[in-house]
Amino acid sequence: MGWWMLKGQANPMETLVQDMLQGSRRALARLLTHIENGQADEALKALHPHTGKAWVIGVTGAPGTGKSSLVNTLTKGLRAQDKTVAIIAVDPTSPFSGGAILGDRIRMRELSGDSGVFIRSMATRGSLGGLSRATRDAVRAMDSAGFDYVIVETVGAGQSEVDIVRTADTTLVVEAPGLGDDVQAIKAGILEIADILVVNKADRVGASQTVRALRAMLELGHPSAKEHLVAHHGQMMTVSNHTPPAQGAFWNVPVVQTVAIDNKGIDELITAIQSHRTFLAESGTTIARKTRFIELELRERLQEALIQRLTQVVPAETFKDIIEAVQTKQIDPQSAVVKLLEITYNQP
Amino acid sequence: MRAPRVLIAKPGLDGHDRGAKVIARALRDAGMEVIYTGLRQTPEMIAEAALQEDVDVVGLSILSGAHMTLIPRIREVMNANELSDVPIIVGGIIPDEDRESLRALGVVGVFGPGTSTEDIKVFIHGLVDAKGAS
Repeated sequence: MGWWMLKGQANPMETLVQDMLQGSRRALARLLTHIENGQADEALKALHPHTGKAWVIGVTGAPGTGKSSLVNTLTKGLRAQDKTVAIIAVDPTSPFSGGAILGDRIRMRELSGDSGVFIRSMATRGSLGGLSRATRDAVRAMDSAGFDYVIVETVGAGQSEVDIVRTADTTLVVEAPGLGDDVQAIKAGILEIADILVVNKADRVGASQTVRALRAMLELGHPSAKEHLVAHHGQMMTVSNHTPPAQGAFWNVPVVQTVAIDNKGIDELITAIQSHRTFLAESGTTIARKTRFIELELRERLQEALIQRLTQVVPAETFKDIIEAVQTKQIDPQSAVVKLLEITYNQP
Repeated sequence: MRAPRVLIAKPGLDGHDRGAKVIARALRDAGMEVIYTGLRQTPEMIAEAALQEDVDVVGLSILSGAHMTLIPRIREVMNANELSDVPIIVGGIIPDEDRESLRALGVVGVFGPGTSTEDIKVFIHGLVDAKGAS
């Protein structure tokens, strides 16, 4: 029971959800704030049946590759096809103050005044689990508000950001010439999550080398060949392929070149996104993919909930005592964890 | 307590955004989430950003002297977009004799040259706390 019942008014969260479903942008904005603050469980329950219609595009890549400009141009391209687009642009929270400067709108000013576009900036805030939960729930809200596409843009710097875009229907990994050699690309491990690789700023020196390096990298991961012939010091060498064979159909990750600020390559990019969508549908992998993502999400939420429960039921004093016991070598860290779990489970 | 969300915008045509950037950074360091929209924002762009970002307060930086033209228009467009409850604060070159008229337009704070960023920070926290309490 809430205060609204005493005043004989409608449940404010219910009203918000109804307004949002009827197209109120103010209600959507409000709801996104509640989601970010972790206070929208009731609303999300009501929204869930309305989700699943939007196509979610994740965009990630190193800082400076032009992600925001690409999102801007991609959105214009989708608008030209009369599709509505909602954008979530994630920028980092300062670990020192907890504040953030969210500046992605600067690159998206051409989208202003268009009622078919909705842009929301989000700060990463504190916890990793919190961000991916908030982002996924924000996507659900935008999806149920009726947008055809939801684009999620994050800096691909950390695992949490990678995890977020990874649960998109189509994931774009953006690279740019001159931002490190091909070893950087293997190191970060973000090539593996790409459904489409975009080489932005393709008018710059070194673009063709970047494209070649990425293609070579993709060939190494292709399951069609158990072994590859690689030219090395004038000799052909055999390299075995350790990538586990994909089940069923295999999507060939395309490398698309764009110059976002000049609107170049965007039609090709949209075509690639549509081909990926068609591939997922025709190969029957859409459902399998979604199931995998739901499992991933549930595990994450469960982790977060369990830790929350632990902090609720284990008295701070007890926790402190256990830390001290580890420090004074009375017990080892793993035994401490077992002990904490015992306390957690023995609570009603 | 959640971080206040503040829109920092530069309406009009002057291209001097150093002050706006200094404020944006100071507010970030005070633990706020600052949505920075860049130069040459029209009243419509400001209202749209304020709505989509669900900000607690809109901060405008105006050095061109056009504040008596721009601010009434911004307030009007914001009100038309169901944002009448979102307060506006202004920084920049604002003559003393205009302060009263701006207050009448619903500008809750005017910060001229020499204002400490600490004062602005305290002021915004006060606005957000008052809103949370109501």
